[in-house]
Amino acid sequence: MGYWDRFSARPGDAPELKVSVEDGSSDFRIELVRLICGDDGPNGPGFKAESITSEVNGVRPGHRQAIQAGSYVHIPNLQAIRGDAITLAALVMPTWIGKRTIQCILSRQHRSSEGVALMMDASGHGGIWLHDGEREVLVTCGAAMREGSWYLLVASFDASLRKVLILQRPIGGAHRIERDAIEEQSIDLHMPSLPAGVALIAARHDPFDGVVAHFDGRIEAPAFYGGALEIGQLSSLMHPFDIALQAIGGWDFSRHIGSADVADVSGNDSHGRCINLPARAVSGHAWRGQTTDWRTRPDLYGAIHFHCDDLGDCAWKTDVTWRVPSELRSGIYAARLTTDQGAEDFVPLFVLPAKGKNGASLAFLASTFTYLAYANSHHGYEDPLSEPAYGALLVLDRTDLFLKERRDLGVSLYDRHRDGSGSCYSSARRPILNMRPKRRIWNFNADLHIIDWLEENGIDYDIVTDDVLHEEGVDLLSPYRCMMTGSHPEYHTTHMLDAIEAWLGTGGRLIYMGGNGFYWKVATHDAHPGVIEVRRGETGTRCFEMPAGERHNQFDGEFGGLWRSNGRAPQGLVGVGFVAEGFDSCHWYERTSASFDPRAAFIFAEIGEQERIGDFGVLGGAAGLELDATDATLGTPAHALVLARSTGHSNVYLVTVEEMISTHPSVDGLDNPLVRAELVFFETPSGGAVFAAGSIAWAASLCHRQYSNNVAQITRNVVCRFLEPAPFATPK
Amino acid sequence: MDKLCQDVACLAQEFRAQPYGRHSAELQRVLNRMRSEPFAGRHVLVQEHKGAPYRLARLGPTPIDPISYTGDTFVTLAEAEWAVFNLRWRSLFGRDLVIE
Repeated sequence: MGYWDRFSARPGDAPELKVSVEDGSSDFRIELVRLICGDDGPNGPGFKAESITSEVNGVRPGHRQAIQAGSYVHIPNLQAIRGDAITLAALVMPTWIGKRTIQCILSRQHRSSEGVALMMDASGHGGIWLHDGEREVLVTCGAAMREGSWYLLVASFDASLRKVLILQRPIGGAHRIERDAIEEQSIDLHMPSLPAGVALIAARHDPFDGVVAHFDGRIEAPAFYGGALEIGQLSSLMHPFDIALQAIGGWDFSRHIGSADVADVSGNDSHGRCINLPARAVSGHAWRGQTTDWRTRPDLYGAIHFHCDDLGDCAWKTDVTWRVPSELRSGIYAARLTTDQGAEDFVPLFVLPAKGKNGASLAFLASTFTYLAYANSHHGYEDPLSEPAYGALLVLDRTDLFLKERRDLGVSLYDRHRDGSGSCYSSARRPILNMRPKRRIWNFNADLHIIDWLEENGIDYDIVTDDVLHEEGVDLLSPYRCMMTGSHPEYHTTHMLDAIEAWLGTGGRLIYMGGNGFYWKVATHDAHPGVIEVRRGETGTRCFEMPAGERHNQFDGEFGGLWRSNGRAPQGLVGVGFVAEGFDSCHWYERTSASFDPRAAFIFAEIGEQERIGDFGVLGGAAGLELDATDATLGTPAHALVLARSTGHSNVYLVTVEEMISTHPSVDGLDNPLVRAELVFFETPSGGAVFAAGSIAWAASLCHRQYSNNVAQITRNVVCRFLEPAPFATPK
Repeated sequence: MDKLCQDVACLAQEFRAQPYGRHSAELQRVLNRMRSEPFAGRHVLVQEHKGAPYRLARLGPTPIDPISYTGDTFVTLAEAEWAVFNLRWRSLFGRDLVIE
């Protein structure tokens, strides 16, 4: 398996491919291909790819590359810890005591094994670990912490007195009946020798095993002090920074929240950096709803939430660098990796045309941010609601089984971390095993149906991508008369929406080929290339929601969640927006009277007046999975034509939650008229136009009957007219 | 067979004839119950590659735990749905599904 160091490249670029051979083979073969169709299922057109002649093709030495999952803060240069006593302190909120392993909160370990750490044992007791080079001691207090509750944890070691003192104090909560746990013990240990060196927060660096003992939960204000506290000094202590000893390091996470930087406020400048994307902009011990925007009171957001399955960057060594040839046509390429033992992986790379040299008038917008949001998703077989929502038995494939075993490949924005908290970051710097051809018909592999159809119809196209659209804005789209989306373009940044709107304002023609598009708001950050952030909030179809007060993005501070919640519902952009979903069966559209409007005549050329639209396809119908419909109150233009509506949806097609102010019993495809997809067309004032399919399943019907069917015909009619220079006129 | 059993047998026949798509409200209620059985040990299918048989398996106690195969395999999803429907029927109603 492998990953490129980027999603998108242009001729002249030199993307780097990182490969890990997992089956023990001593070498692997690489072959570059251009992907055309990834549907190798019994009802699909078959897998199609074109071999690419390249100097990088051939056999390469293979090796297994490790993944160090789990987030922590790396402090490269903590000053030397001298003297006969030391105190460690932090505010902590454990969230996964149930994993029953030692978890480290704050540590300094010398390479000779000598070290000290504030930690929690396998049963949730706070304490201190010490190693003086000869002996190792673990001392904990007598009470276990509770998951989801805050504690002040302080541990002192006085080597001159051979004494350890531990305080574990419950913080906050009006009705908590827990009491302070105080432990005082004599131990036979010398003070560890700890010269200046690396310290970690939320993990420990083992000289042999690397970074271990990850903490799952929140930490705030961790600090090292020289000297030890006495029991009488504990009574009024409420915060680590209130300890009146000589500070060695103290980290205020409320500073630089938007970045990966961690500030040492002890005066010793032992600043650190977050590794593997722990969650920031999360509430700390003192948050009580005073604000919901971390930018206004960062002091209330001084915590970081660490997870043992966070992953920001596999940081693998490069195996292959491919200089993209200048003459290479734009397309969706992939490195096909194989071994003699039968392993096969395709690692996609989206190749755009050289800047300013578009090769076609039509652009296909590959939904790279949506692919990233779903990257290595586990929720299908980890969410108990999946089966009732799908209305069918769960089917796991080989990749699912592999991902199930390999949590170190990170989680998607649909998954909960091992501690049960929701994931709000996804990184492209890892193998993304569900962004592959030959997998189920969803997102990337479903979008290849559109590429296949374009190829079969001889329609020239360029590939553009979400990530480059975010970077370059409207300049990326300006050369194109028409742009097609994928089947499920769900995730967009502010910059992307601005670019698409600006391009439409210059006469662009947009074909929205899917369903549930333009739905979630995404943030990015220059310090985290290849990473997106999504904060799932008050509403929307979601597998979890972020805790109260945490709906503002870390990366840009903006309120996250649905675009609808941010005043930019998809209906205002493409005429339709998400209304219902179901996954047991797909259905068809029936034409409305508006489809006979002369303005829509070009769309229905060669389509019978009574024809059902899309009562066929790889998924059984063109209207299915996730459905969109118009809503004037959310921005559907008044002159938009609803050309067709789907019908016949089942009991497991349910209205999405944002369409319900209050729950009620009439929410399914039998009872609720909202459960339908709408096919929509409208002209824009600048001579452009928008066509929306309103269904994820639309693209999977294009190939039916050798690409000769009414879904394909309608799509072709729209593409051909949208590529003509003649401007559209808006109705009077 | 009492009336209740006759009625539920009709629901089973309805499911067998069409496991996906529109169902009667009564059948959907039964299916919702069946599909909401505890996640630990829930029946799932495994298809290792396209066209391969569907292998019946059960989820482990937690997401970390491996699945265990029952040894049953099916050529089509409809066959698998029907087999699991029978298993869940027994679990839900305490007796085997008998259709005359």
